[in-house]
Amino acid sequence: MHADPIGVLTGAHFIDGDHACSEGAIAAGCRFVAGYPITPSTEVVERIAERFPFVGGVFIQMEDEIASSIAIQGAVWGGKKAMTVTSGPGFSLMMEHIGLAAMTETPCVFVDVQRAGPSTGLPTMPAQGDMMQARWGSHGDYQIIAIVPNSPQECFDLTVHAFNLSERYRVPVMMMMDECVGHMIERVVIPSADKIEVHNRKVYDGPKESYRAFETGRDLIPSMVKAGDGYRIHVTGLTHDEKGYPDMSVSAQGKLVQRLMDKIRIHADDIVMYKEEDVEGADVVVVSFGITSRTAIPAIEQARAKGLKVGHLRLVVVWPFPEKRIRELAGKVKSIVVPELNMGQIVYEVERCAAGKCNVVSVPHAGGTVHQPKDILAAIEKSLRGT
Amino acid sequence: MPEELYDIETTIPSNPIEEFLRMDRMPHIWCPGCGIGTTVNCFVRALQTSGLDLDKVAVVSGIGCTGRVAGYMNLDSFHTTHGRAIPFATGLKLANPGLKVVVYSGDGDLTAIGGNHFIHAARRNMDLTVILINNMIYGMTGGQAAPTTPVGATASTTPHGNFEETFNLPFLAESCGAVYVARWTAHHVRHLTKSIKEALAKKGFSFVEILAPCPTLYSRRNKLGDGLDQMEFYRDNSEIKNGADTKSVTLDFQGKITVGKFVDKERPTYIEAMNQHYQKKFGDRYVPSDEIRKLSHAQE
Repeated sequence: MHADPIGVLTGAHFIDGDHACSEGAIAAGCRFVAGYPITPSTEVVERIAERFPFVGGVFIQMEDEIASSIAIQGAVWGGKKAMTVTSGPGFSLMMEHIGLAAMTETPCVFVDVQRAGPSTGLPTMPAQGDMMQARWGSHGDYQIIAIVPNSPQECFDLTVHAFNLSERYRVPVMMMMDECVGHMIERVVIPSADKIEVHNRKVYDGPKESYRAFETGRDLIPSMVKAGDGYRIHVTGLTHDEKGYPDMSVSAQGKLVQRLMDKIRIHADDIVMYKEEDVEGADVVVVSFGITSRTAIPAIEQARAKGLKVGHLRLVVVWPFPEKRIRELAGKVKSIVVPELNMGQIVYEVERCAAGKCNVVSVPHAGGTVHQPKDILAAIEKSLRGT
Repeated sequence: MPEELYDIETTIPSNPIEEFLRMDRMPHIWCPGCGIGTTVNCFVRALQTSGLDLDKVAVVSGIGCTGRVAGYMNLDSFHTTHGRAIPFATGLKLANPGLKVVVYSGDGDLTAIGGNHFIHAARRNMDLTVILINNMIYGMTGGQAAPTTPVGATASTTPHGNFEETFNLPFLAESCGAVYVARWTAHHVRHLTKSIKEALAKKGFSFVEILAPCPTLYSRRNKLGDGLDQMEFYRDNSEIKNGADTKSVTLDFQGKITVGKFVDKERPTYIEAMNQHYQKKFGDRYVPSDEIRKLSHAQE
């Protein structure tokens, strides 16, 4: 189905990534946002606060990020599409509720405009240090989806996509921006509403007696109702059975957690998203994401000018990780170079998938600014030595 | 024995509150002598006479013994995370304001880990009914001290006696802006039922504190007998003072208990304030959510 035209600012705009993210949320049908101010994400909720009174949305500035990250879940069970927006320290506070959303299969979007950490770190400067936190930050085993845009245009497009994925798979989706992408101002084209594809959660409308809130078919995704529909649902963060009732047994735990993992795994091929350039026949592939994919470009061009065969694979969806593709590439190339604005996170995933079949070189950076292309170039050259 | 009386007393096909409970989840987890079940009975009796459409009533709980209430109610019910029932309920209410949203949770959950949310929901006059069971202890985790444990009482984490000042919850709620504040004990079933009914009918942040015995972890450790002894204590030591100054209702260890309805006033709710503000500011340009628009029309 298509976007509701009421919220869609069709046309060309010159806006930053944070504002583009807000517009993406509105176009996707998000009508509830709870947030707490934190640099460099605040512009997202500022624009939402400005726009929501005219599009039938409710924005509330909560008392903290913990409250924000669960208020959105209340709103989702009340029938809305909802998101919260934060940056590193606030993202840390939200971890418990990422687990709650995963456990209760509450579709919602968490936007993290990453800044340099740990702790208060560099509040106004970029990093990509929350990539593993997005995947593993809450306790226990679960799956999420994480998306990384590299431009204001993608902040719009991929926020729409984030809502669509969360609705389709009933899973929290992390929109992993960074300070550069969030504050970068570029041309953003917002299509007309009928050109924006919008997905909504699968809704149960069968007989009340036979409704089992967490029963699934082969797609492993339960259909949803909302509070007030008369189904008298029970939703709990405790391990639960298909009816949603707590079940403190080893077998219920095994069954539920396995399904929460599998419902993303079996759809991974549909969810995974990456963009490749000149990867076929390359000796070296640079695997990058977010702002780093843009600093890698001059390095790749310089390496090519030196006669090296360099390809570029940009991760758009980072979680689930494109395991199959990286495994395949590792068997074909001599080396993979992984620049990222952290001290080495996604490189571990690349190494795991490469499994020794090619050389994997990390280009770490503690954040605060972006990589110098020369450092990535040096890593590309180094990665070929001894291969 | 007259025949009619025999019929009435012994041939009731089921417990009259069964339809409000998820009977397929019984037996419940609460200990013998625990006061929580009594409060649930009062809540159900209040619902029965409230005139509310039960399909439009949602119960939200946090974590702890009282946190299990949501799971036993045959209503839309949400068992959330520790301390966060109020912000979840806030989102639910704002998304679907036609719902009557009841937060039902314990003293530790709502006023220690959840204290920040409690004060801000009261400040905003969020349209929620908050029923707080105060057993003066963390029961579920084994009897640790709570912000409500009286000075002088013993808990597993205050084995030498508690020396921290306790929260006076009615005063806290009133000073943060609650429009309805009452306190009863599990002994005062009729007053409590009436009070919950009033709270449910109130627009805005209504708060009912209920003292309830925890015989297993509070009474036993403090040598106060069993659940019945504690109920007798409530009976003999409670003073009903409607309209009492909430500053004066602090609870001491086994001291006098002031109960009653302390606050009942009017103030615009969050949604009313938001609507009024935007309507004044933007007129017809303001587009409320469909649910808020329907509710405003129904109220006009």
